[in-house]
Amino acid sequence: MLQTPATEPKVRMRGIHFSRGDRVIFDGVDVDIYPGKITAIMGPSGTGKTTLLRLMTGLLKPDSGQIFVNGENIKNYSEAQLNRMRRSMGMLFQSGALFTDMSVFDNVAFALREHTDLPESMIRDLVLMKLEAVGLRGARDLMPRELSGGMNRRVALARSIALDPDIILYDEPFAGQDPITMGMLVKLIRLLNDTLNLTTVIVSHDINETAEIADYIYLLSDGKVVAQGTPSEMQNNASAHAEQFMHGKADGPVPFHYPAPDYYQDLMRIGEE
Amino acid sequence: MNFFGAIGQSILKFLQALGFASLFLFQALFTKPRLKSFHLLLKQFYVVGVLSLPIIIFASFFVGMVLALQGYTVMVKFGAESALGQLIALSLVRELGPVLGGLLFAGRACSALTAEIALLKTTEQLDSLRLLGVDPIHRIIAPRLWAGFICLPMLVIIFNAVAIYGGYWVSVDWLGIDSGSFWSSMQSSVNYREDIINGVIKSIVFALAVTWIAVYQGYVAMPTSEGIGYATTRTVVYSSLVILALDFILTAVMFTGLK
Repeated sequence: MLQTPATEPKVRMRGIHFSRGDRVIFDGVDVDIYPGKITAIMGPSGTGKTTLLRLMTGLLKPDSGQIFVNGENIKNYSEAQLNRMRRSMGMLFQSGALFTDMSVFDNVAFALREHTDLPESMIRDLVLMKLEAVGLRGARDLMPRELSGGMNRRVALARSIALDPDIILYDEPFAGQDPITMGMLVKLIRLLNDTLNLTTVIVSHDINETAEIADYIYLLSDGKVVAQGTPSEMQNNASAHAEQFMHGKADGPVPFHYPAPDYYQDLMRIGEE
Repeated sequence: MNFFGAIGQSILKFLQALGFASLFLFQALFTKPRLKSFHLLLKQFYVVGVLSLPIIIFASFFVGMVLALQGYTVMVKFGAESALGQLIALSLVRELGPVLGGLLFAGRACSALTAEIALLKTTEQLDSLRLLGVDPIHRIIAPRLWAGFICLPMLVIIFNAVAIYGGYWVSVDWLGIDSGSFWSSMQSSVNYREDIINGVIKSIVFALAVTWIAVYQGYVAMPTSEGIGYATTRTVVYSSLVILALDFILTAVMFTGLK
């Protein structure tokens, strides 16, 4: 492992078990997020990558296991304590999740108006700085419905850094974006992490973009961490899971077929009443 | 055995939902009021109350006119048509105002509340509020709940007034009943405490029940487009049934002792 165990992780997840109904999503997951680094959580669709972010932010509670944020166990936090903790976290939702009844400016200003008593003139300056960082200062008066998908995500990014968080979580930032927007987002994520000294977590299955900026990668599959390491370690990782995912092979430990009875027997209706 | 198990399970499920809904109501009703969020309440007064006015006024005017026509055809047989004012006023303030007003409100305002909240949930706007450190129960639910709770009783009072005017118009201007006897029969028979206050109490109870159902159904809706549809339907069905059932209970408590 390249990471120095001497520094305390920002987020430490230990033995996380989580299920939805009968479906087990996590079966004992351990993840450490180190400060100042970009950590990527990767894996095929449906492995619960987004759920992992929701657990980190306390939007969901695990069935068992411990989650420490800044060294504190958030298990018994009240909603008010969670809200306080979340002010130091920014999260970019896959859909952007902008408030549709507010303009771009008001979306970014929302948290500042809600949690501070700053005068409106100062809020204006702060909002324009955040919007400038994502290149959308000129779009401040537009409504979310007037934005393209990529602009939507950049405004959401500006909103999630409005309170200057220490940790920022990206949920599938590259999914469904055109190459130009993808390039912009990759650049922005790296830039924000380095200039604001943030801790970044990216959930994604876009290997190239993520491997380009990540410092450390966790690969999830079947509710477990099946491989982890730096991008170069992962490229050369010989384990079947890493091999399949990193090189995009259709069949492997993650089967092409959803579990089904034997093909021949199914077609011939053998065993049916 | 399975049958009893299933019954027990659904009762447990119901109690759990009821407990959660009660906590939810409590948190939303007793939110610490902040001057900063007063504009949210004002906006909801407009959306829930003012925008419901046209349908309430239109419906109530016709209800009043129909009451006058129907009452007249029966009462004229006994030569009692001069008591038409009494019939119209009593049936409105005691029953039709709160019940019809509540049903219209459930269809017009509550369905919209549920759909809006469920859509906010589906588009992850409730979660992004949480992540910005704002409790959606305070920010989204509380103003809507309070607006519905305050607006419906006022809408019911307007409903009653407009319906009485509609009845007056048909009785006096069309059917030729003496305007003085229309008003005086109403004045002598409608009791302020027993009729008007009881009617207003009914509307307050209905207001709390239907707005509670609306915001709760929106909040727990499945975050899919199908889920929004189900939740909206459930709001309209449950709140209509609850209004009718509560009306029976309240009438039994309030009016059975009256002579």
